[in-house]
Amino acid sequence: MNEREKILSRVREALKTQATLPGLPGHASTPTTGSTPRQWLPEVPDSFDAQIALFARNAAGLKADFQLFNSTGEMCQALEQLRDAEGWKRVAGHAGDLANAICPALNLPLFRTDRVYDVHELEACDAGISECDALIAQTGSVLVTNRSAGGRALSVLPPHHVVLARREQLVADLPAAFELLQQKYAANYPSMISFITGPSRTGDIERILVLGAHGPKKLTIFCL
Amino acid sequence: MNFASQFRKQARVMAGDLRHRQIIRTALGHYEIARDQGQAAFQDWSGTRQLAAETKWEAVNHLDKYLEEFVAKLEARGTKVHWVSTGAQAREIILQIVRDKKARSIIKSKAMTAEEIHLNDALEKAGLQVVENDLGEFIVQLRHEAPYHIVFPSMHLTRAEISGLFQRELGSAPTNDPEELTMIARRVLRKKYLSADIGITGANFAIAETGMISITENEGNARLTAALPKTMISLLGIEKVLPKLADLALFLPMLATMGTGQALTCYNTMYGGPRQPGESDGPEEWHVVLLDNHRTELLADAGQRDALHCIRCGACLNVCPIFRNVGGHTYGTTYSGPIGSVITPHLRGLQDWKHLSHASSLCGACTETCPVKIDLHHHLLENRRNAAKGKPAFFERLAYKIFGFVANKPALWSLAKAFGRAAQPLQNAVKGTALDPVKAWTRTRDLPPLARESFKDWWRNRK
Repeated sequence: MNEREKILSRVREALKTQATLPGLPGHASTPTTGSTPRQWLPEVPDSFDAQIALFARNAAGLKADFQLFNSTGEMCQALEQLRDAEGWKRVAGHAGDLANAICPALNLPLFRTDRVYDVHELEACDAGISECDALIAQTGSVLVTNRSAGGRALSVLPPHHVVLARREQLVADLPAAFELLQQKYAANYPSMISFITGPSRTGDIERILVLGAHGPKKLTIFCL
Repeated sequence: MNFASQFRKQARVMAGDLRHRQIIRTALGHYEIARDQGQAAFQDWSGTRQLAAETKWEAVNHLDKYLEEFVAKLEARGTKVHWVSTGAQAREIILQIVRDKKARSIIKSKAMTAEEIHLNDALEKAGLQVVENDLGEFIVQLRHEAPYHIVFPSMHLTRAEISGLFQRELGSAPTNDPEELTMIARRVLRKKYLSADIGITGANFAIAETGMISITENEGNARLTAALPKTMISLLGIEKVLPKLADLALFLPMLATMGTGQALTCYNTMYGGPRQPGESDGPEEWHVVLLDNHRTELLADAGQRDALHCIRCGACLNVCPIFRNVGGHTYGTTYSGPIGSVITPHLRGLQDWKHLSHASSLCGACTETCPVKIDLHHHLLENRRNAAKGKPAFFERLAYKIFGFVANKPALWSLAKAFGRAAQPLQNAVKGTALDPVKAWTRTRDLPPLARESFKDWWRNRK
């Protein structure tokens, strides 16, 4: 018998005795109340405007910079301003409808991470610009996958992560984000899915918040 | 010295350490405020807990089914899964992978399971360099110390101590600024990420439905560990399983709320395989090591099986009056606080660790706070009972026998009372000295004076 079989047989032997469920004594045979996460998670308003406002509030609380634009032109301008303000010399990104429309405005060579690349070169970049799968109003999170956002490292290695999103990518809550993932990818999930909630942070020294522990010090979310 | 007397000795020292108490009280004071705000944001916290307990109950009570599903899904996408019964087997397999890859440097993101099997010791003995890359873990590793707390490893240290440590170990300039200290660590660790051959991670959840692990973190260290090195190894206990991917919609915010008081931690990331065809980065090889290490023994105890629901949020440590007084290191265990006191006797032997069952005021704060409704303080009582059954304490039993005998004989009882009243002034004279027969009690407490007249005497004489 190999270890797999040994462990599984110990598990099966152990499970021959039934355990009661905490909180529902005497209901071991039908142990669930059948509720769903959405019933309990923080409430999210129904209207789009209220959801965008909630996302903006959450992002601000997380010290992420969230900006809403009405045209690609406005978004390009804002990106140029960022480039100038921070003196970007080298920027990493990937191909995508929105990225292709926005990134050329930078007038900088774009270091591509959606094909095999040298990680040292990515490390030398001043910013990483990626698209995303969704924005989540409930938590102010950005949902990315390595397929939608230029691989695993683009959104975490450069010191500034800029997310390009569209209004229709906003979802209300976490359950909706998981529904979206299932609809979009169930046949073949990307090997990495990440909920990014604000710039990298730590509180390991006297529980004092410091941004940019190992990942980006800045997170900017541009939404069209 | 055995574990129990070590614990008692250290607990006595720490309970009187005012500086330590101050640090812990400040840190946990901030946590409590954030946690309460986080809980209040939920529509109903008790419903949240109940659903979490139900979901974990389902997973743990059908563990065989979900483990097989989890592993089949992982393997279908090219992940190598290793089942291991013991810590020694886990260390051996990980060492073998490291040797096969001829790896020299390893980076590791926070994993309590790795602490449990003393993985770093084994790798270092084999001549390898392992660098912890969670900031708190990095700090305690430089101090050659175990993590103080399962979520806040360096909670017991001040910025001045950390600055001194960095000056000594990293040659950095002195600073009192937490941000600057963090940036020193960031610079050192950046180089390690880029040069490491192997990245080791733990996992917070294992998703059966899709064959993924989920890692919760704030710093981005686990993200980098799973992105840059060519080989990735993830070590997790078999109890980490959740049935469905969408279960995370509840567990991710719950873990954040109870762990740190955040609505969601900065990075919550699911990994479903090594680099897939067409993907541009990520490890070429991914090994998942599934560890039993006595978990199936705990599973066999139906009464305490819910201890396997634990999501390692640390909430029970934070509210525990014992933890807050004696501190994390005093336990001498990987998992401290109430959950550690409950599971350590199962993982490392009841008789050696039964003293932890008594390191409790039975106030039930742990049970009340536990987000997955583990009946922690009752399990401590059960462990006391089981320990006493397994190895009765001779003198304690004798003492109760004598008490029972005396208490059942009114005449003897009156005699004992009279003796007690007469002897108490003598005890007062030697209180706290080596001659004091009740020194164990009076070291930290007063012995209440016996009433001059008992209730029985008063009742008889009341007219």
